[in-house]
Amino acid sequence: MSPFVALILRDIRLAFRAGGGATLAAAFFALVAALVPFGVGSAQLGVLGQIAGGILWVAAALAALLSLDRLFQADYEDGSLDVLALSPLSLEKAAAAKILAHWLTTGMPLVVLSPVLGILLNLPLPDFGALVASLMIGTPALSAVGAIGAALTLSIRRGGLILALIVLPLITPALIFGAGAVNGTGGGAFLFLTAFSLAAVALSPFAAAASARLNLGS
Amino acid sequence: MAVVSLVEVQDLACERGGRRVFRNVNFAAATGQALTLEGPNGAGKTSALRMLAGFIPPAAGEIRVHMSAGYVIADDEERGRLIGWMGHHDGIKAQLSVLENARFFAALYGARMDLEGVLDRVGLTRLMELSAQYLSAGQRRRLSLARLILSARPLWLLDEPLSSLDAAGRRLVAELIGEHCDDGGIAIIATHETLGLDATRYFLGTA
Repeated sequence: MSPFVALILRDIRLAFRAGGGATLAAAFFALVAALVPFGVGSAQLGVLGQIAGGILWVAAALAALLSLDRLFQADYEDGSLDVLALSPLSLEKAAAAKILAHWLTTGMPLVVLSPVLGILLNLPLPDFGALVASLMIGTPALSAVGAIGAALTLSIRRGGLILALIVLPLITPALIFGAGAVNGTGGGAFLFLTAFSLAAVALSPFAAAASARLNLGS
Repeated sequence: MAVVSLVEVQDLACERGGRRVFRNVNFAAATGQALTLEGPNGAGKTSALRMLAGFIPPAAGEIRVHMSAGYVIADDEERGRLIGWMGHHDGIKAQLSVLENARFFAALYGARMDLEGVLDRVGLTRLMELSAQYLSAGQRRRLSLARLILSARPLWLLDEPLSSLDAAGRRLVAELIGEHCDDGGIAIIATHETLGLDATRYFLGTA
């Protein structure tokens, strides 16, 4: 087993153990989406269907944020980050592995869960394919951009709120194009979402590793 | 194991939070040598080790690693690949079992060693299935030692390796360092205590 795969498997395992964020993020996603219809009210059933894509995308962004603050912090606090920095993996590869593991344990469950929540939110039937596809394409960007914020704030106790302040503005493009893709704004939204996601996934391991390295010296 | 012939520290200076911790630190450790960094609290023992590991950039000075193949490494990242690290924190995941932790370390370093043999060496065979959160501080230290063995790196950097260990554990540390040096390795150890082995001592004074 390569060190890269070993780190992914370790993080996935940790996500499902006590204190891991895997099921938590999915449950939070479902709860937020389930609460919105109560707030909107049954009189506006048509409105609910129209904004369902946007609601699910906002819920997905918040759910991804939930487990992000521990992405590097846990490793920093128990000394694992020191070990990883000196391991045969470079910090860049380690960051990539951790981002992938985060997506597999939080982003992917949201994608799987989203059609059920689409029914709950009265999403028009033709839009279900676009919903799943947009989340599939866009959620990796949430993990990737979030990882940069997580690496920047890893030495700050209770850095979760600062993390949200850093990350939420940065993932706005994913939200705009993601929700736009569900509402059938046309193929353009999908293309922009894909471009944003690809760029985020490609660049964030370097940014996250640089931030983590900076924090190791502090 | 790549062979390091000499680790050389020249005019090293350290600043933390705008305060000078030490300067003009010069020492060298050759193959087969154990070197202890000693000094009062705040003298910069841990900072010096973290500088050697490449975590803290030096305020001044140079760290050079001479390889027995003839070339010299001055780059932090390249030096990092030679380092077996045992820091103040153990780098153990509490949510994983002892064996799961050890398996991850073995995979991380691509170690082809007998895992149970290594755990037996550090005295953790009977606790293999136990979740690491139930380990005592000394047992965590022992698991950290197992990682050090699995890393098979030529340059060991150890920060207070004796902390929390019982008498047998302290002997084990001395034995492991001894064997490592006999194999041509180098160990640089920040410690307050006598290790019970032949080591060159370097004192970091207060600046």
